[in-house]
Amino acid sequence: MTATPDSPATPAAADAPVAPAVPPAGAPRPGTLRTRLRALRRNRLALTGTVIAAVFVLAALCAPLLAPYDPAGPDFDAALAPPSWAHWLGTDDLGRDQLSRVIYGARASMQVGLLAVVLAFLIGVPLGLAAGYYGKYADSAVSRLTDTLLAFPFLVLAVGLAAVLGPSLLNATLAIGISQVPAVIRITRAETLRLKHLDYVGAAIVNGGGDGTVLARHILPNATSALIVQATVGIPAAIIGEALLSFLGLGVQPPAPSLGVMLAGAQPFLGPAPWMAVFPGLAIVAATLAFNLLGDGLRDVLDPRGGTR
Amino acid sequence: MKPSTSRQALGAPVLSVRDLSVSFRSDTRTVHAVDSLSYDVAPGEVLAIVGESGCGKSVTSMAVMGLLPSTATVTGSVRLGDRELAGAAEKELAKVRGKDLAMIFQEPMTSLNPVLTVGRQIGEVLRRHQGLSRAEAKERSVELLGLVGIPAPERRVAEYPHQLSGGMRQRVMIAIAVACDPAVLIADEPTTALDVTVQAGILEVLQSLRERLGTAIVLITHDLGVVADAADRVLVMYAGRAIEQAPVDELFAAPRHPYTRGLLGAVLRPGQEGKRRLPEIPGLVPSLTAQPDACTFADRCAHADERCGTARPPLTPDSGHRVACWHPVAVTHEEAAR
Repeated sequence: MTATPDSPATPAAADAPVAPAVPPAGAPRPGTLRTRLRALRRNRLALTGTVIAAVFVLAALCAPLLAPYDPAGPDFDAALAPPSWAHWLGTDDLGRDQLSRVIYGARASMQVGLLAVVLAFLIGVPLGLAAGYYGKYADSAVSRLTDTLLAFPFLVLAVGLAAVLGPSLLNATLAIGISQVPAVIRITRAETLRLKHLDYVGAAIVNGGGDGTVLARHILPNATSALIVQATVGIPAAIIGEALLSFLGLGVQPPAPSLGVMLAGAQPFLGPAPWMAVFPGLAIVAATLAFNLLGDGLRDVLDPRGGTR
Repeated sequence: MKPSTSRQALGAPVLSVRDLSVSFRSDTRTVHAVDSLSYDVAPGEVLAIVGESGCGKSVTSMAVMGLLPSTATVTGSVRLGDRELAGAAEKELAKVRGKDLAMIFQEPMTSLNPVLTVGRQIGEVLRRHQGLSRAEAKERSVELLGLVGIPAPERRVAEYPHQLSGGMRQRVMIAIAVACDPAVLIADEPTTALDVTVQAGILEVLQSLRERLGTAIVLITHDLGVVADAADRVLVMYAGRAIEQAPVDELFAAPRHPYTRGLLGAVLRPGQEGKRRLPEIPGLVPSLTAQPDACTFADRCAHADERCGTARPPLTPDSGHRVACWHPVAVTHEEAAR
């Protein structure tokens, strides 16, 4: 470029020819939903996880259709029966069908898993956004709250809640949800801190966007991939939490079935009827593992820096 | 300071900055990024602010937009039309930003939200400031994309930023900036991140907008080629102060401040014979921890004497070509003839 003022108007060497031609419709582009799903399919472990997780979700949704027996109905003639054609997973000490109870137990697990995570997000995301975006006092207040929540051991919190509100599935969900709030706050806050300094957030402010617009349209949508991954970590943690609380009698109340309740009931019969403990145990492991694998897979797919890991 | 007669001929200034000073305080020191800067821009005028990195160009525009963090202290006055922006409440500023006062950034690659279509991002501004419906906003977005020279705008409007090239994205940024027909557009290094050919296209778009819409443009750049191409008037900044201000032809033909001379001398020109080393300005930009009552360029200046070290040279009275120097370079006959 010359520094002489003799060329006030450069000919219109527009960038149009430099720009890439629009690819034909249907051609996969990186970052579209289709290519991402394809990447997820290529990852065997993630695929396995997705399938198992889907089976659990389906079982939870269609429990009344799938369960061959009443999960709470005793049949004293068939007590402690080993696995057979009539009872695929055997029966417990009261003759209740284990398969039906595992299916209904999975239902409770999924219910808690989803509800607790939703609860944690409803509380954690707005707080994390506020802390990250406004900084200063908002950040200090939210961060102290996070530290306080983290200082409460999960079990103490759960026992405390059960003591005050009475043991039930809902209160167990509440305790699990609250225990997951700090992690959600921290991830949302970290993403917000990262995103708020990006140029397009600055551009949105320059164009007259208020805090609400900037947060809802420019920051939150760009934080979703991190939050989705956090959700897939939170669900298995909530499933284990539910099993644990029910095992201790703080969650689902017998005779209603839950994987944790089943494990607790199996304790006196480990010798004569090991299937009573093995199958609900396996179900917990499978559900947890499935969601963790799904989460790992999603992380690889959603993380733009991931590449081939 | 009073607006110059030459500028009054162009009409009352639409943006008027007076004695703008910006300083940043940290625990250990205070940095005076901008010191008593004043300028006016008339409707339809392109004012270029030039200077090297760290001379306060960008801080000035951020101060005008009211975007500086709370660690910054801003004094002085920024008037847009008859509204005072310096010290205005955030809510008031949000109403002005994007509507009467718009800005485009240096980095088109990162200035668009990756999860929203181009049309949504243009439409957002229209719906906010002009209350258009979704359908109206979309229609207008297509129009705007056409206005900034994007081919097939009705298709592009539904695309995401990653599907566009850098030049296209900068055009989209411009479309967003001019969506509400702003009185003033601040373009902070709008072409720095782009290829030279694309650069020319973007400058072309800015020129046509100024002609068609009468937008006043504040063009911040360190590229003197861009200045020569696009500007009407130039303000040269050095270490946070305005040191020379002149119509573009005059500045290039007869720079009067030794620093401006040095800047222009350091530009490679075609047809320059020999393998002679380009002249450079000796020394370094002074640290901005103090704004002394002296010429900030004195340490690097060949003409400096005692007075330069003890008194701050004021900008010469308003005459079209203003310079802040005790020993401005005289205009030679050769230059006067050019």
